[in-house]
Amino acid sequence: MRSLSEIETTAKRASRAAGYSWGIAEEVGKSIRLSELFGFPGIKHLNQYYQNKKKIKFSDIKLINKTNKSNGLSFCPIILGVNFIDQVKNVENFKSCLIEKLAYPLLLLPFLSRSSEIIGKKLLFSFDQSKFLLNFNMSIFSNSWNKEIPILANQVEISFLNNEDNFSDQDWKNLYKLAEDTFVEETDSLKQGAAGAGLTDND
Amino acid sequence: MNIELRDPNIIMKLSRLGSFHQSRLSFLRSFLNEFKDWQYNRDLFDLDQKGYGTAVYSFKKKDRVYSLICYANKINDDERSDRVIATKWDAAFTLHDGIPLKDDIDRLRNEVPKQEVGRLSYKELTLSRANRSVRVFDHVVESLSNGNQPDLELLEKVGYLYRTTAVYGSGKFGLADRFRIKNREEINGPFRLEMMLVYLVRQFTFDQVNHVAKNKNPNSAVRLDPKICRNLGIGNSTGLGMAPFIINHPTLLNNWILSREIALKKIREIKIVKIKDRDLFKDCVKNSIKNITSWNTESEYQLKKIKLLLDDVRKFINFLEKEFDFEKNYPFNEIYLWLERETCEECIEYIVSIMMEPFGEIVQPLVKLMSSEEEKYFNIPSDRNVEDLKKILENKYSDILKIDFKKEESNQKFWFISKNKEEPRLANRFEENGADLEQPLAIARDIKELYKRLSPLNDNLKINQFLIDNSDLRHVIRRAFITEKFPYSEIQDNTIGKNLVPIDMLRLKLSFFGALKFDPRSDKWLRICMFQGAPLPDELKDYDEHWVYKTYS
Repeated sequence: MRSLSEIETTAKRASRAAGYSWGIAEEVGKSIRLSELFGFPGIKHLNQYYQNKKKIKFSDIKLINKTNKSNGLSFCPIILGVNFIDQVKNVENFKSCLIEKLAYPLLLLPFLSRSSEIIGKKLLFSFDQSKFLLNFNMSIFSNSWNKEIPILANQVEISFLNNEDNFSDQDWKNLYKLAEDTFVEETDSLKQGAAGAGLTDND
Repeated sequence: MNIELRDPNIIMKLSRLGSFHQSRLSFLRSFLNEFKDWQYNRDLFDLDQKGYGTAVYSFKKKDRVYSLICYANKINDDERSDRVIATKWDAAFTLHDGIPLKDDIDRLRNEVPKQEVGRLSYKELTLSRANRSVRVFDHVVESLSNGNQPDLELLEKVGYLYRTTAVYGSGKFGLADRFRIKNREEINGPFRLEMMLVYLVRQFTFDQVNHVAKNKNPNSAVRLDPKICRNLGIGNSTGLGMAPFIINHPTLLNNWILSREIALKKIREIKIVKIKDRDLFKDCVKNSIKNITSWNTESEYQLKKIKLLLDDVRKFINFLEKEFDFEKNYPFNEIYLWLERETCEECIEYIVSIMMEPFGEIVQPLVKLMSSEEEKYFNIPSDRNVEDLKKILENKYSDILKIDFKKEESNQKFWFISKNKEEPRLANRFEENGADLEQPLAIARDIKELYKRLSPLNDNLKINQFLIDNSDLRHVIRRAFITEKFPYSEIQDNTIGKNLVPIDMLRLKLSFFGALKFDPRSDKWLRICMFQGAPLPDELKDYDEHWVYKTYS
C-alpha cells in the first residue's frame, strides 16, 4: 500500500513534469492526497489525464463566471480547481455556477472540498448521474462512490448550499425538552446561594 | 524587563544557522525525557556466532509498544559504503508499531535490508540502516574476547561502533503516514520515533559486540564496560537530502527556531538567578571544553570554526570567573550582550544552548510547540491584495531584495533530484545540464522576481487576479503569506549563490536532532555522533539530564 506521503510527492512531481508550475504542482499533490484519503481514485484519473494531455489540447478557465461555456475544447480540471480555490469568495456570490465540458471531473473534487472548508459552506457538485456533497473538507457523500466516474462531464453544476439545519424546529424542540431533564429546579435557597451574584446581579 | 525576540534577519542567515548546537530542546534529549519511564526490553536476540541474525528491542507503557527489529547481515568489505548509492549494509532496522508477530519479522526480513527498494507497511514507523566502523568494531571484539577493555583513545576519536547512513519516517517507502499517529501524546515532538530508532540501535551495537566477543573466546571474554558504552554514541553520515527539508517545511522550521528564541528571551528576562542555576550553567560551560577538544575533523572549514569556538569559550570562561558578577540583575541578558560584542557566531549559539541547561521549567513547555500542523497554512489567502503582499516582502525579506540576481555568482547553483537515487543534489548551473528541472528551492531569487512583478501593479489588485497570469510564482506567494505569520520560517539567504555552504543547512537540522561533533567530509556531507554520553536504556529511570556536558566524567 502506498502511503499518502508517497502519493502527494509523486502527484506533485508528475504535475510539474506535465508542465504545471511548482506552485500548482503543490496544489495537485495536496488534492490527490485528499482524493485518495476520501476513497476516490485520484491517482487513476490524474494518470489518465496526464497521458491524454500529451495528445489532446485542453482549455483553461482563468476567471470563473456563473456560466462557463466551452469553445469546443474540454476544460482542464487542474487549472479550474486551482482558480476555484483562489476565487471561491467571488464565485460564492453566484450561488451556483455551470461549466460546460469539463475533462476528468473527479480531479476537480478535492479542490471543491478544500473550497468548502475555506468558505465554511457545503457544496453540491453534480454532473451526469453523479452527485457529491462536500462537507467542509471533512467528509464527502456521493452516489458515485466505488463506481466508474466518467472522464468527461458535459454539464457540471457547482452549488453553494446555505448553512441550514438538517432538522425541523419540532425535532429540535423535542430533543431540547429531553435535554432539560438534566437541569435542577431551583428553590429560593438555591437561587440565593448557588450563583455568585445571588439575587442582586443588577448595579 | 522585556527582551525582544532576536531579529530573523540576523538569526536566519545561513552562517548563523550553521553555528547552532544541540540544547535541551533537541529531539534526542526530549525523546529521552519522554520515554524515561517506559519499560525497556530486549525481546529477541537471535544472532549467530559472527553476530548475524535478528534482534528485537521494545519500549512499552500500558498498552502501547514500539519495537525495533534489527537485521544484521554479512557483507563484504568492498560492499560497505556510507554513500546513498550503497545497496547493502551491515545492519538494517525498522521500528514496528506494537509487538511484531513472527509473520511480521519474516515479512520484514525480505524488505528492511533492501531499504529504499523494499516496501514497508503502515505498521512500520521508521526505517534505517547502518554500517560498522570496522576498525573500532574489530578492535573492541578483539580486546573483549581477550579479556581486556578497548583502547579508549581510539574509541574517543571515533565515538561509535556503527553509523547510520539514513533514517526514514513519515510515509517513505510505505511507512505509516504521520497522520495515523500524530495524536499520540508520547510522540508530540518532531522526529521522536526516528530518535527512538537510533537510540535502540545504539544498544543493539553494544549487545552485538559483546555477543561476538563472547563467541570468539567464551572462556576469557569480558563485557564492554557500561561506562565505556555510555561514552559511545551512534554515528551518522548525512548528505544533501536534509537540506531541502528545512526549506520545504517552513512552519516546522519556524517552530523549532521560535522555541529556541523564546527560551533565550525568557532566560535573559530572569532578574535574579539562583546560585544553583548559575553554578550549573558555569559547570556545563567548563565541562563542555572537553566536548570541543575531543571534536575530531579533518575539515579545514570546521577546524577553523572549532578553533575560534575554543578560543572564545575560554575567553568567556575567563570573563565569567574574573569579571562577571552574577549578583547583577538580569545576569543572562548581560552575558548575552557580552557574547554578541566579544565572540563569534559559533560561540554565541554554543553558549545560548548551554544557558538552557538550568531552566527545564522554561524549556520543557516549549518542546511541545516544536511540531507543526503544516496543512493549516497551505491555502493562499487569495483575497488579500498586492499592497499586502508587497509590504510582507519589504518587511520580511529586506536583505533578500537587495541581492542582485543579474550577477552570475548569485545564480550559480541549482538544486535537482537525481534520477538514480531520487535524492536532492546541487550543481553548477553554468557547467552542468539539468537546470531546466530545477527544484523550487531558489526562494530568494523567486521572491525578488515576485517583488519585481508586483511593483508596477495597482495596490488594490487582488492576489487571486495576480495569480491568474503569474502561477509560476505561486510557490513563493504561499511562502510569503506563511512568513508573515511565522517570522523564523524562511532562510534569509541565497540558497543558489556561489558562496552557499550547504552543510550550514544540514548543521541547522542536525543541531535540533541533538547531534554532536559535526565532521564535514566535504561542503555537501558530514558525519556526526548522536547519543554519545547518553544514559543506557536500563539507566533511564534516573539519569542526569545534563549528561551532554558530563560525557567524560
